[in-house]
Amino acid sequence: MTINIDSIIFWQWGPITLNATILFTWLVMALLVLISWWVTRRLSEEVRMSRWQNLLEVLVTAIQDQIRDISRQQPGQYLPFIGTLFLFVALSNLLAIVPGYRPPTASLSTTAALAIWVFVAVPVFGIGQKGLRAYLKQYAKPTLFMLPFNILGELSRTIALAVRLYGNMMSGTVIVAILLGIVPLFFPIVMQLFGLLTGMIQAYIFAVLAMVYIASATVAHQKRVAPAE
Amino acid sequence: MGDMALIGMVSIITAGLTMAIGSIGPAFGEARAVAQALSAIAQQPDEAGTITRTLFVGLAMIESTAIYCFVVTMILIFANPFWDHVVTAAAG
Repeated sequence: MTINIDSIIFWQWGPITLNATILFTWLVMALLVLISWWVTRRLSEEVRMSRWQNLLEVLVTAIQDQIRDISRQQPGQYLPFIGTLFLFVALSNLLAIVPGYRPPTASLSTTAALAIWVFVAVPVFGIGQKGLRAYLKQYAKPTLFMLPFNILGELSRTIALAVRLYGNMMSGTVIVAILLGIVPLFFPIVMQLFGLLTGMIQAYIFAVLAMVYIASATVAHQKRVAPAE
Repeated sequence: MGDMALIGMVSIITAGLTMAIGSIGPAFGEARAVAQALSAIAQQPDEAGTITRTLFVGLAMIESTAIYCFVVTMILIFANPFWDHVVTAAAG
Protein backbone atom coordinates (compact mmCIF):
# COMPACT_ATOMS: atom_id res chain seq x y z
CA MET A 1 0.00 0.00 0.00
CA THR A 2 1.42 3.36 -0.97
CA ILE A 3 -0.11 6.30 0.84
CA ASN A 4 1.67 8.93 -1.20
CA ILE A 5 0.68 8.50 -4.82
CA ASP A 6 3.37 10.99 -5.81
CA SER A 7 5.86 8.20 -5.28
CA ILE A 8 4.29 5.89 -7.89
CA ILE A 9 6.47 6.66 -10.88
CA PHE A 10 5.49 5.43 -14.33
CA TRP A 11 8.16 6.98 -16.45
CA GLN A 12 11.41 8.79 -15.82
CA TRP A 13 13.74 10.67 -18.10
CA GLY A 14 16.51 12.56 -16.39
CA PRO A 15 15.02 15.05 -13.94
CA ILE A 16 11.56 14.72 -15.48
CA THR A 17 9.38 12.15 -13.77
CA LEU A 18 5.84 11.21 -14.63
CA ASN A 19 4.15 10.06 -11.45
CA ALA A 20 0.63 8.81 -10.85
CA THR A 21 -0.64 12.21 -9.71
CA ILE A 22 0.38 14.00 -12.91
CA LEU A 23 -0.75 11.17 -15.16
CA PHE A 24 -4.21 10.85 -13.65
CA THR A 25 -4.61 14.64 -13.48
CA TRP A 26 -3.92 14.78 -17.20
CA LEU A 27 -6.35 11.93 -17.73
CA VAL A 28 -9.14 13.76 -15.90
CA MET A 29 -8.37 17.00 -17.72
CA ALA A 30 -8.35 15.24 -21.08
CA LEU A 31 -11.67 13.53 -20.30
CA LEU A 32 -13.30 16.82 -19.32
CA VAL A 33 -12.01 18.67 -22.38
CA LEU A 34 -12.82 15.86 -24.80
CA ILE A 35 -16.36 15.33 -23.52
CA SER A 36 -17.09 19.06 -23.52
CA TRP A 37 -15.65 19.50 -27.02
CA TRP A 38 -17.46 16.48 -28.38
CA VAL A 39 -20.82 17.50 -26.91
CA THR A 40 -20.67 21.19 -27.80
CA ARG A 41 -19.60 20.45 -31.40
CA ARG A 42 -23.18 20.42 -32.61
CA LEU A 43 -25.50 22.22 -30.25
CA SER A 44 -29.17 22.51 -31.01
CA GLU A 45 -31.32 25.42 -29.98
CA GLU A 46 -34.54 23.54 -30.51
CA VAL A 47 -36.52 21.50 -28.05
CA ARG A 48 -35.02 18.29 -29.38
CA MET A 49 -31.44 17.90 -28.25
CA SER A 50 -28.96 15.13 -27.72
CA ARG A 51 -28.94 13.57 -24.27
CA TRP A 52 -25.33 14.65 -23.71
CA GLN A 53 -26.23 18.27 -24.35
CA ASN A 54 -29.08 17.84 -21.92
CA LEU A 55 -26.64 16.51 -19.30
CA LEU A 56 -24.26 19.44 -19.72
CA GLU A 57 -27.11 21.95 -19.61
CA VAL A 58 -28.41 20.44 -16.38
CA LEU A 59 -24.92 20.59 -14.87
CA VAL A 60 -24.25 24.18 -15.90
CA THR A 61 -27.64 25.50 -14.77
CA ALA A 62 -27.34 23.65 -11.45
CA ILE A 63 -23.92 25.22 -10.82
CA GLN A 64 -25.31 28.62 -11.83
CA ASP A 65 -28.22 28.29 -9.41
CA GLN A 66 -25.91 27.27 -6.57
CA ILE A 67 -23.56 30.20 -7.23
CA ARG A 68 -26.51 32.59 -7.33
CA ASP A 69 -27.86 31.20 -4.06
CA ILE A 70 -24.56 31.39 -2.23
CA SER A 71 -23.15 34.66 -3.45
CA ARG A 72 -26.41 36.55 -4.10
CA GLN A 73 -24.76 37.88 -7.25
CA GLN A 74 -25.01 37.17 -10.94
CA PRO A 75 -23.14 33.90 -11.52
CA GLY A 76 -21.70 34.80 -14.93
CA GLN A 77 -18.16 35.79 -14.02
CA TYR A 78 -17.70 33.09 -11.35
CA LEU A 79 -19.11 30.22 -13.36
CA PRO A 80 -15.92 29.26 -15.27
CA PHE A 81 -13.72 29.17 -12.17
CA ILE A 82 -16.11 27.54 -9.70
CA GLY A 83 -17.56 25.19 -12.31
CA THR A 84 -14.12 24.00 -13.35
CA LEU A 85 -13.09 23.40 -9.75
CA PHE A 86 -16.24 21.41 -9.04
CA LEU A 87 -16.15 19.35 -12.24
CA PHE A 88 -12.45 18.54 -11.89
CA VAL A 89 -12.68 17.44 -8.26
CA ALA A 90 -15.95 15.59 -8.80
CA LEU A 91 -14.71 13.69 -11.85
CA SER A 92 -11.38 12.78 -10.28
CA ASN A 93 -13.22 11.47 -7.19
CA LEU A 94 -15.88 9.63 -9.18
CA LEU A 95 -13.39 7.84 -11.42
CA ALA A 96 -12.19 5.98 -8.32
CA ILE A 97 -14.55 3.16 -9.33
CA VAL A 98 -12.24 2.40 -12.27
CA PRO A 99 -9.75 -0.31 -11.20
CA GLY A 100 -6.13 0.83 -11.19
CA TYR A 101 -7.07 4.48 -11.06
CA ARG A 102 -5.84 6.51 -8.10
CA PRO A 103 -7.69 9.79 -7.56
CA PRO A 104 -5.21 12.66 -7.98
CA THR A 105 -7.07 14.50 -5.21
CA ALA A 106 -5.61 11.94 -2.77
CA SER A 107 -2.28 13.69 -3.22
CA LEU A 108 -1.46 16.83 -1.26
CA SER A 109 0.23 18.37 -4.32
CA THR A 110 -3.00 18.44 -6.34
CA THR A 111 -5.18 19.79 -3.55
CA ALA A 112 -2.55 22.37 -2.60
CA ALA A 113 -2.47 23.55 -6.23
CA LEU A 114 -6.28 23.87 -6.28
CA ALA A 115 -6.28 25.70 -2.94
CA ILE A 116 -3.59 28.10 -4.18
CA TRP A 117 -5.81 28.89 -7.16
CA VAL A 118 -8.60 29.81 -4.74
CA PHE A 119 -6.10 31.86 -2.73
CA VAL A 120 -5.17 33.79 -5.90
CA ALA A 121 -8.74 34.09 -7.18
CA VAL A 122 -10.03 35.81 -4.02
CA PRO A 123 -7.98 39.04 -4.47
CA VAL A 124 -8.39 38.92 -8.24
CA PHE A 125 -12.19 38.95 -8.02
CA GLY A 126 -12.15 41.26 -5.00
CA ILE A 127 -9.95 43.91 -6.60
CA GLY A 128 -11.81 43.54 -9.87
CA GLN A 129 -15.11 44.36 -8.20
CA LYS A 130 -14.22 46.81 -5.46
CA GLY A 131 -10.93 48.35 -6.50
CA LEU A 132 -7.56 48.00 -4.80
CA ARG A 133 -8.14 50.47 -1.95
CA ALA A 134 -11.49 49.10 -0.89
CA TYR A 135 -10.19 45.55 -1.09
CA LEU A 136 -7.13 46.25 1.05
CA LYS A 137 -9.22 48.24 3.48
CA GLN A 138 -11.32 45.24 4.42
CA TYR A 139 -8.26 43.60 5.96
CA ALA A 140 -8.20 46.40 8.55
CA LYS A 141 -11.81 45.86 9.56
CA PRO A 142 -13.26 46.20 12.15
CA THR A 143 -10.10 47.79 13.56
CA LEU A 144 -6.50 48.00 12.45
CA PHE A 145 -5.68 45.72 15.34
CA MET A 146 -7.31 42.82 13.44
CA LEU A 147 -4.95 43.11 10.45
CA PRO A 148 -2.57 40.24 11.36
CA PHE A 149 -5.48 37.98 12.26
CA ASN A 150 -7.20 38.62 8.96
CA ILE A 151 -4.02 37.80 7.05
CA LEU A 152 -3.48 34.69 9.16
CA GLY A 153 -7.06 33.63 8.53
CA GLU A 154 -6.54 34.00 4.80
CA LEU A 155 -3.50 31.71 4.93
CA SER A 156 -4.91 29.13 7.32
CA ARG A 157 -8.15 28.70 5.42
CA THR A 158 -6.14 27.99 2.27
CA ILE A 159 -4.20 25.27 4.08
CA ALA A 160 -7.43 23.95 5.57
CA LEU A 161 -9.00 23.78 2.10
CA ALA A 162 -6.08 21.73 0.79
CA VAL A 163 -5.77 19.38 3.78
CA ARG A 164 -9.53 18.79 4.01
CA LEU A 165 -9.85 17.47 0.47
CA TYR A 166 -6.57 15.56 0.71
CA GLY A 167 -7.42 13.99 4.06
CA ASN A 168 -10.87 12.89 2.99
CA MET A 169 -9.76 11.28 -0.24
CA MET A 170 -6.62 9.74 1.24
CA SER A 171 -8.55 8.33 4.20
CA GLY A 172 -10.93 6.56 1.80
CA THR A 173 -8.03 4.81 0.08
CA VAL A 174 -6.33 3.92 3.35
CA ILE A 175 -9.49 2.54 4.96
CA VAL A 176 -10.18 0.32 1.93
CA ALA A 177 -6.59 -0.90 1.99
CA ILE A 178 -6.74 -1.71 5.71
CA LEU A 179 -10.11 -3.48 5.33
CA LEU A 180 -8.71 -5.54 2.46
CA GLY A 181 -6.23 -6.94 4.96
CA ILE A 182 -8.84 -7.72 7.65
CA VAL A 183 -12.18 -8.54 5.95
CA PRO A 184 -11.43 -8.80 2.23
CA LEU A 185 -14.83 -10.01 1.06
CA PHE A 186 -17.69 -7.59 1.50
CA PHE A 187 -16.77 -4.52 3.55
CA PRO A 188 -14.21 -2.89 1.22
CA ILE A 189 -16.94 -2.46 -1.39
CA VAL A 190 -19.26 -0.81 1.10
CA MET A 191 -16.52 1.56 2.16
CA GLN A 192 -15.70 2.27 -1.48
CA LEU A 193 -19.33 3.19 -2.11
CA PHE A 194 -19.18 5.43 0.93
CA GLY A 195 -15.99 6.90 -0.55
CA LEU A 196 -17.88 7.83 -3.73
CA LEU A 197 -20.45 9.70 -1.63
CA THR A 198 -17.71 11.45 0.36
CA GLY A 199 -15.97 12.34 -2.87
CA MET A 200 -19.03 14.04 -4.30
CA ILE A 201 -19.74 15.89 -1.06
CA GLN A 202 -16.14 17.03 -0.84
CA ALA A 203 -16.21 18.28 -4.44
CA TYR A 204 -19.38 20.21 -3.65
CA ILE A 205 -17.89 21.61 -0.46
CA PHE A 206 -14.66 22.61 -2.15
CA ALA A 207 -16.59 24.59 -4.75
CA VAL A 208 -18.98 26.08 -2.18
CA LEU A 209 -16.15 27.18 0.10
CA ALA A 210 -14.25 28.73 -2.81
CA MET A 211 -17.42 30.61 -3.73
CA VAL A 212 -17.99 31.71 -0.13
CA TYR A 213 -14.43 33.03 0.15
CA ILE A 214 -14.73 34.92 -3.14
CA ALA A 215 -18.16 36.24 -2.21
CA SER A 216 -16.89 37.50 1.14
CA ALA A 217 -14.23 39.51 -0.68
CA THR A 218 -16.61 40.97 -3.26
CA VAL A 219 -20.02 41.34 -1.68
CA ALA A 220 -19.35 43.85 1.08
CA HIS A 221 -20.40 47.11 -0.54
CA GLN A 222 -22.92 45.73 -2.99
CA LYS A 223 -26.59 45.96 -2.39
CA ARG A 224 -27.88 42.57 -1.46
CA VAL A 225 -30.50 41.18 -3.75
CA ALA A 226 -32.65 39.79 -0.95
CA PRO A 227 -31.66 41.28 2.40
CA ALA A 228 -34.63 39.77 4.18
CA GLU A 229 -33.46 36.17 3.86
CA MET B 1 14.98 -0.27 25.52
CA GLY B 2 16.63 1.13 22.44
CA ASP B 3 15.78 4.25 20.49
CA MET B 4 13.90 2.25 17.92
CA ALA B 5 11.53 0.56 20.35
CA LEU B 6 10.97 3.81 22.20
CA ILE B 7 10.13 5.78 19.06
CA GLY B 8 7.87 3.02 17.75
CA MET B 9 6.02 2.74 21.04
CA VAL B 10 5.55 6.49 21.48
CA SER B 11 4.40 6.88 17.87
CA ILE B 12 1.78 4.16 18.12
CA ILE B 13 0.45 5.35 21.49
CA THR B 14 0.32 8.94 20.31
CA ALA B 15 -1.42 7.91 17.10
CA GLY B 16 -4.13 6.13 19.08
CA LEU B 17 -4.52 9.04 21.49
CA THR B 18 -4.67 11.53 18.62
CA MET B 19 -7.45 9.61 16.95
CA ALA B 20 -9.36 9.05 20.20
CA ILE B 21 -9.23 12.59 21.55
CA GLY B 22 -9.39 14.18 18.12
CA SER B 23 -12.65 12.48 17.22
CA ILE B 24 -14.54 13.28 20.42
CA GLY B 25 -14.81 17.01 19.75
CA PRO B 26 -15.99 16.78 16.13
CA ALA B 27 -18.43 14.01 17.11
CA PHE B 28 -20.11 16.23 19.68
CA GLY B 29 -20.01 19.19 17.31
CA GLU B 30 -21.56 17.28 14.42
CA ALA B 31 -24.23 15.75 16.63
CA ARG B 32 -25.19 19.20 17.85
CA ALA B 33 -25.21 20.67 14.35
CA VAL B 34 -27.38 17.87 12.96
CA ALA B 35 -29.79 18.06 15.89
CA GLN B 36 -30.20 21.81 15.45
CA ALA B 37 -30.64 21.46 11.70
CA LEU B 38 -33.29 18.75 12.13
CA SER B 39 -35.32 20.85 14.52
CA ALA B 40 -34.93 23.83 12.19
CA ILE B 41 -36.23 21.75 9.26
CA ALA B 42 -39.09 20.48 11.42
CA GLN B 43 -40.06 24.06 12.19
CA GLN B 44 -39.57 25.45 8.68
CA PRO B 45 -39.80 22.71 6.06
CA ASP B 46 -39.83 25.33 3.28
CA GLU B 47 -36.27 26.32 4.08
CA ALA B 48 -35.03 22.71 3.96
CA GLY B 49 -32.84 23.35 0.93
CA THR B 50 -30.93 26.25 2.44
CA ILE B 51 -30.63 24.55 5.81
CA THR B 52 -29.35 21.33 4.27
CA ARG B 53 -26.75 23.13 2.17
CA THR B 54 -25.51 25.13 5.13
CA LEU B 55 -25.53 21.97 7.23
CA PHE B 56 -23.35 20.09 4.76
CA VAL B 57 -20.84 22.90 4.53
CA GLY B 58 -20.79 23.24 8.31
CA LEU B 59 -20.39 19.48 8.79
CA ALA B 60 -17.43 19.49 6.42
CA MET B 61 -15.81 22.34 8.32
CA ILE B 62 -16.36 20.56 11.66
CA GLU B 63 -15.20 17.27 10.28
CA SER B 64 -12.00 18.76 8.95
CA THR B 65 -10.67 18.99 12.51
CA ALA B 66 -11.05 15.22 12.79
CA ILE B 67 -9.45 14.86 9.37
CA TYR B 68 -6.42 16.86 10.52
CA CYS B 69 -6.02 14.44 13.42
CA PHE B 70 -6.34 11.54 10.98
CA VAL B 71 -3.64 13.00 8.72
CA VAL B 72 -1.32 13.43 11.69
CA THR B 73 -2.03 9.83 12.74
CA MET B 74 -1.26 8.54 9.26
CA ILE B 75 2.01 10.50 9.25
CA LEU B 76 2.89 9.06 12.67
CA ILE B 77 2.23 5.48 11.58
CA PHE B 78 3.25 5.34 7.92
CA ALA B 79 5.56 8.30 7.27
CA ASN B 80 7.18 8.99 10.61
CA PRO B 81 10.32 11.10 10.00
CA PHE B 82 11.94 10.09 13.35
CA TRP B 83 11.32 6.42 12.66
CA ASP B 84 12.81 6.76 9.17
CA HIS B 85 15.82 8.52 10.65
CA VAL B 86 16.42 5.74 13.19
CA VAL B 87 15.97 3.04 10.54
CA THR B 88 18.48 4.67 8.16
CA ALA B 89 20.90 5.25 11.05
CA ALA B 90 20.63 1.57 12.04
CA ALA B 91 21.08 0.41 8.44
CA GLY B 92 23.98 2.67 7.54
